[in-house]
Amino acid sequence: MNSPTQREYGVVAAIAVIGLVVLPLLNGAVPESSALHLTTFQLGVFGKYLCYAVLALGVNLLWGQTGILSLGQCLFFALGGYALGMHLMLLIGKLGQYHADIPDFMVFLEFPKRYPSTGGLPPHWIPFRNLGFALAAVVIVPALVATAFGWLAFRSRIKGVYFSILSQALTYAATLLFFRNDFTFGGNNGLTDFKVILGHDVNQPATKRALYIASGLLLLGTYAFCRWLTTTKFGLIQRAIRDSENRVLFSGYATAHFKLFVFVVAAVIAGLGGALYVPQVGIINPSDMGTDKSLEAVVWCAVGGRGSIVGPILGAIGVNALKSYATHSFAEQWPYFLGILFILVTLFLPDGLVGIPARVRGLLARRRPPAGPTPPPSSSPS
Amino acid sequence: MQVPRAPRFLAGLFLRVALALAPVIAGLGDDAARAKLVGAVLSEDAAEQVAVVRDLVSVDDPVVLRSLAAWRLGNLYVWSPPDGGAGQPFLLEGATDAEGKSAAIRVADGSPLRDAAGTPVRVVVADLSVADTSSKVRRAIKVVLDLRAVGDPDPAVRRDAIVKLGQEQEPDYLPHFERRLPLEADPGIRRSLAEAIAFTRLGGTDPAVRIQAVRTLAELRSINSLGYLRKLRGQVSPVAEPELRRAVESALVVLEDYVWWGTLFGTAFRGFSLAAVLLVASLGLAITFGLMGVINMAHGELIMVGAYTAYVVQNLFRSSFGGSVAVQDAYFLAALPASFVTAALVGLVLERGIIRFLYRRPLESMLATWGVSLVLQQLFRHVFGAANVQVGSPRWLSGSWVISDVLLAYNRIFVIGFAFAIVGLTWLLMTRTSLGLQIRAVMQNRAMASALGVRTERVNMLTFAFGSGLAGMAGACLSQIGNVGPGLGQNYVVDCFMIVVLGGVGSLPGTVSASLGVGVTDQILQPWLGAVMGKISVLAAIILFLQWRPAGLFASRGRGLEG
Repeated sequence: MNSPTQREYGVVAAIAVIGLVVLPLLNGAVPESSALHLTTFQLGVFGKYLCYAVLALGVNLLWGQTGILSLGQCLFFALGGYALGMHLMLLIGKLGQYHADIPDFMVFLEFPKRYPSTGGLPPHWIPFRNLGFALAAVVIVPALVATAFGWLAFRSRIKGVYFSILSQALTYAATLLFFRNDFTFGGNNGLTDFKVILGHDVNQPATKRALYIASGLLLLGTYAFCRWLTTTKFGLIQRAIRDSENRVLFSGYATAHFKLFVFVVAAVIAGLGGALYVPQVGIINPSDMGTDKSLEAVVWCAVGGRGSIVGPILGAIGVNALKSYATHSFAEQWPYFLGILFILVTLFLPDGLVGIPARVRGLLARRRPPAGPTPPPSSSPS
Repeated sequence: MQVPRAPRFLAGLFLRVALALAPVIAGLGDDAARAKLVGAVLSEDAAEQVAVVRDLVSVDDPVVLRSLAAWRLGNLYVWSPPDGGAGQPFLLEGATDAEGKSAAIRVADGSPLRDAAGTPVRVVVADLSVADTSSKVRRAIKVVLDLRAVGDPDPAVRRDAIVKLGQEQEPDYLPHFERRLPLEADPGIRRSLAEAIAFTRLGGTDPAVRIQAVRTLAELRSINSLGYLRKLRGQVSPVAEPELRRAVESALVVLEDYVWWGTLFGTAFRGFSLAAVLLVASLGLAITFGLMGVINMAHGELIMVGAYTAYVVQNLFRSSFGGSVAVQDAYFLAALPASFVTAALVGLVLERGIIRFLYRRPLESMLATWGVSLVLQQLFRHVFGAANVQVGSPRWLSGSWVISDVLLAYNRIFVIGFAFAIVGLTWLLMTRTSLGLQIRAVMQNRAMASALGVRTERVNMLTFAFGSGLAGMAGACLSQIGNVGPGLGQNYVVDCFMIVVLGGVGSLPGTVSASLGVGVTDQILQPWLGAVMGKISVLAAIILFLQWRPAGLFASRGRGLEG
């Protein structure tokens, strides 16, 4: 089921054309009066979904392919977001509320008194004036944190639910840290109020379109990478670790190294997604990195179908589209809906939406006993 | 003493006050005092006013006292007769009527103010001219009223007045303290009085008296005087006044030692108290996660269910038995078992409905129970509102016990005792009952236990319900020390999981020691790092500790690779 099929490629190509070409054209080239016109706001919302889908692919790489359930993926997502957010904050310059050289929250929190030699800018913010440095940080910061934490955890063979609980604790500690004003990342409010990116106004439709297309390309690239990884020997070992880590260990593979590598790659993917998320949504704050957000990303993955590659994308976009609709029309009931969706999917749809056709085929086959042996219902070990 | 023309109730009040204070103060005659006060109010000379006010300290006349208090607050008025005679100071009496008018009482004799026809006048505040005061007069009145408060019938008022006046080191106050000392029955206030006297004497000039005062302060373990003594050490020259200097130094040694022990004791108590909170909150999880291996992300919500049950029981008690204090005292005893039962039922439904299908898929039980936690949170938000609800404390849980200047809050002591009780009960259940034996058998080897005739399904169900019930009882208990709201569970769940993992999954002694370790470490770190950084450091320390002992403090020994 994991082997790439011609049909899947065809579907993906078609969706990519619609997503990357048709939708931006509907926004940019179709006049606003037309019924087919797509508003810039809508396009921005789609761009957000695409970033979530990238995050879900990272979760899937870990959980679906390797069997590691991390409750800290959103931490890496947010770290990537913060790294680019810092650059965007510095670009605001005198356009902010206080018309100061430093970001508004630094004026507000009296940073000039704390860092008089730099005019209020904490020293570690200075290199973020450079876009290249910020982009490098988007990749390197999540990777470093993931390496440190993963090395500690996998080295001492912490796995399964214990790893989940530890990653939850890491995320919780990080959230507490980022909520502090003196941690120099904006505290409670986080980073927001961006004005320009690469010299363009972030609120211009053209900029929004470009960011949307960038998100689409990132998602396509991540999809291709994950798909390619499944075809390699590395992907095979990944799935072997998921199904029985001890057998892989006894076959002479250092499973901890494989797991660490996957963990870091997933963190980088999350960080990239976060970096594109921030300019489109316009804000990043500590509540974006919490455990509950990570668990939500796990739900997207579970709903779409973990283990497959298109499943998480489908899940991320589907659940979030539903969420946008639900929080708009019946906000009160949304947590019920999400919670029950979670319970039902875990109990009845372990393979998610993409597993439905196989299940239906299995049910039909059982109802009309064919001449040959019944194919076993597909099930993926946890 | 005579009270001419005073209204009867005033006379009664006066008599009672006078009888209570008569042995303390023998003062000026009342008419004379009133006359002096009237003169002072009308006087233009601030120095004279202050002198008169100071003299009035020993007067018991209620009209004088009320007039003084009113004068200070700017509620004393002067009525100038239209014929140009001497002004008459008066104060207002009773509530204003529908026209905004109130009765006026003359300071001179306590009788109603009358107009020319002799009928009592009723006045409107806005029309009146206020008696002049100055800040000096107001200060003098304040001192007089404070000095009188030294003999106030309310112990709290007495104590506050004594502590405040003692800090001023004013020698004029000494006679007042000394008069009060033999009369004072409350031992705590006797101590405050002795402290105030010694502290005031220390402010004097006589070296012998000062040395004696320093020694007394050291004997009294007076933390309040620590700052002053430190300052004094810098001021007193070891050459000019060697004895005083020595006395101050030895007193400082005694007091600093005392404070050090007090801080240590306080930190230890807070550490134990936090440990008890963590233990109470995570014991249920130690059963469901530790023994059964179920990752119950809704554990925090089970705690919340218990806390809200306590709230509902409280409201039921109030609506059926009234809101008296005795009811408030009693409801909590009913709330504890009620919250156990409610949470156990919720746990039972959870186990039967969801968790039993997921025993072989622990990661997925985590996701499903997280869904349950979302639903429960929103349900409670719907039913009880998003704001915190008020869960009252019984009298026997409010207030605190003071040992050597360290406050031990009763509710904290209760949580510590409660932690002992439920750990003891759990231990008894696990080791002394057949259910406990079956639980342990099923957890160690499910297939073998089943083969020997243990109904493993039933044992699972009961174990999970028991663990959930413990969580619920924890909720009722924690409602006494924190807020009860829909987010209650989220505050505890991360800590609970960390405690169970740190202690070693499946080990009750591990959970107890992990709670103690985390609680005490957190309280030791907090004064240095602050609450948030302390918490972060503890989390980091736990992650590092698990490097050294990946299976926790009390790991179950086994040779299997899959724990």
